[in-house]
Amino acid sequence: MSNWKIPKVSPSEITPQEVYHSRREFMRLGAGVVVGSTLPSSLLAGEKLPNLVKSNYELTDKLTPLADITHYNNYYEFGTDKESPAKTAGSLKTRPWTVAVEGEVHKPKLWDIDSLLKLAPLEERVYRLRCVEAWSMVIPWVGFPLAELIKRAEPTGNAKFVEFITLNDPEQMPGVRSPVLDWPYREGLRLDEAMQPLTLLAVGLYGEVLPNQNGAPIRLVVPWKYGFKSAKSIVRIRFVEQMPQTSWMKAGPSEYGFYSNVNPEVDHPRWSQAKERRIGDFFKRQTLPFNGYAAQVAQLYTGMDLQKFF
Amino acid sequence: MKITKEKWLSAGKSLVFLAALIPLAKLAWLGLHDGLGANPIEKITRTTGYWTLTFLMITLTATPLRTISGWTWPIRWRRMLGLFAFFYASLHFLTYLVLDQFFDWPAIVKDIAKRPYITVGFPAFVMLIPLAVTSTNKMVQRLGARRWKNLHKLIYIIGIAGVVHFWWLVKKDITEPVEFAVILAVLLGFRVVKAMRKK
Repeated sequence: MSNWKIPKVSPSEITPQEVYHSRREFMRLGAGVVVGSTLPSSLLAGEKLPNLVKSNYELTDKLTPLADITHYNNYYEFGTDKESPAKTAGSLKTRPWTVAVEGEVHKPKLWDIDSLLKLAPLEERVYRLRCVEAWSMVIPWVGFPLAELIKRAEPTGNAKFVEFITLNDPEQMPGVRSPVLDWPYREGLRLDEAMQPLTLLAVGLYGEVLPNQNGAPIRLVVPWKYGFKSAKSIVRIRFVEQMPQTSWMKAGPSEYGFYSNVNPEVDHPRWSQAKERRIGDFFKRQTLPFNGYAAQVAQLYTGMDLQKFF
Repeated sequence: MKITKEKWLSAGKSLVFLAALIPLAKLAWLGLHDGLGANPIEKITRTTGYWTLTFLMITLTATPLRTISGWTWPIRWRRMLGLFAFFYASLHFLTYLVLDQFFDWPAIVKDIAKRPYITVGFPAFVMLIPLAVTSTNKMVQRLGARRWKNLHKLIYIIGIAGVVHFWWLVKKDITEPVEFAVILAVLLGFRVVKAMRKK
């Protein structure tokens, strides 16, 4: 526990000035749009998201280029290799789209995606993303805290966990025709993890509407957990009493646990998690406990044996 | 007539030699044109590993092909093909050593000891070295045909270890390792059947 320190910033982590300025520029443009203007009815991938609110969630880490974020994807619904989703996810139709919020809640609701986009101010948040495969990125997401949605659903006293279910349509998703995972893709969080302010429902990146291969139109982003916990293209959010079984837990119970917090001290049975390669870097870097978010989330797991609850 | 056939075979061998360099040339070209994707080191590792296994399979095809067809050229090309397997395996290992780990010896030792896919993959590469070293005519003479043949039976173990290495490293989609396993099973099965018939 004593080694959870805020890492020193190495020169390689400092954002180059031109990148920094281009970010300022994009924030300025985003902020320039008249507040209160309504969203266009059908936002498509690549369109600028209006009304972005500045957030305090920024990093000094250099942003991963958009081309890498959008062409190196683990999204098995569109193929198991990382190049496939960028090529095949065009078949995903993100309108019309609904998200069912149901289960142990006082106010279940079938949300239309366009009303979800107006549920809370959209903010930009720069998060690290650490994949269970030992690579990482730095991504400027656009979204709003999941907690905003949860508050409106008013969970009952029985709600202990939240389950996230991805669309499962072989017409739009060629990958689900192959039984490589148990479809639909399911992920889950404990309710307190879901309420954690870091937990984001993302609808965009780099100030633009989320590209299909990154989980459009709406996805989860849980930055202190391995990437697969952040379910994409969500159609159902269910509040439940029992810990839900996730797709990866079913696929490999000894390799993928429910928590899957980024932890350099708990190796994947087949490879080390001590280091990671930041996309674009040559040298590997040390992986940080909770992906560098220990200060915010470590207390969620006080008293838990993280080797056991991996 | 005989000379013409020799010429054809030698030209064919040169063509195969050049063809065997295409995967490397393609990697180099992609590398120079920013075409290796977001994770170039992973791409190089995967590609060189894939071609190591492919050349191992092609090398192991020589004997069955000769037996079935009666042609002699597969045997005469076998050494070159086997050396290409070693060549791509060396690139694969060097990619791991230099690009992936950057000579982080403690991490490498830990990998070999703890990661099953590296535990089988590393000795498979090491076993290829004596085969490459003894691939010259001179070494065949020095060892004697029988001992040389026995030594080179290591290729069967290397082939199995190579496929297991691939199988154990993929996260979930085992399609490609299964393809290699089926091909290897046919190639080794052929030898088993042949040996049983001899008895």
